Amino acid sequence: MITIEFLGPINKKPLQVEITNLNELSEILKQDESLKSWLNNSAVAVNDTLVKDTNYILNDGDKVSLLPPVCGG
Amino acid sequence: MQYLELYDSSLEVEKITNRWYNDFRLSNFGAIITFVGVVRDEDGIEGLSFDIYEPILNSWFDSWQQKAKENNAIVLMAHSRGDVLNHTSSYIAAVCSPKRRVALELIDEFVEDFKASAPIWKYDIIKGKRVYALERSTAISGAGLLS
Repeated sequence: MITIEFLGPINKKPLQVEITNLNELSEILKQDESLKSWLNNSAVAVNDTLVKDTNYILNDGDKVSLLPPVCGG
Repeated sequence: MQYLELYDSSLEVEKITNRWYNDFRLSNFGAIITFVGVVRDEDGIEGLSFDIYEPILNSWFDSWQQKAKENNAIVLMAHSRGDVLNHTSSYIAAVCSPKRRVALELIDEFVEDFKASAPIWKYDIIKGKRVYALERSTAISGAGLLS
């Protein structure tokens, strides 16, 4: 099971999904209208490390985080 | 010693910067530069509010500490969580370095990368409610991977 968490202003409860890579996650999240704009502007981290490859292999127990645009300070 | 400090609400600037000065003036750093961010009164906001994702903030900060170390310098940072009212501070960054030039260049790069990459989300406080400051925010490098 993979846990998906939505950080900052996305304001959505975590999901638990059975997937093996980020391509599969993309297909699932695209079905949620409320996430449409967030998918375009959010970065993705797996187990708190940013990733840039949708073929990234996910293992049972991994945590995927969506990080929308940032503005500290 | 903690080089990254997070606080609920506004920063006590004098206390933090005086402590940093006293902690590091004896370490033979010839240059100590602090940058203090102050919340401005504009567009009718009462203040700003912040969410922070600490695990990635910590790793981002550690990578900067490593970069500073390669120049015999250190970086320091304090940031607020939650609400910070106008005319108070939410952010302090500092560089301590043996050499002036290294410190001046590093504080510039450090603050700019902080704005573009640190996992912190800003909201305007308008009539007591938090409104995400999307138009002032920057997508992290690699954003849109799942679109």
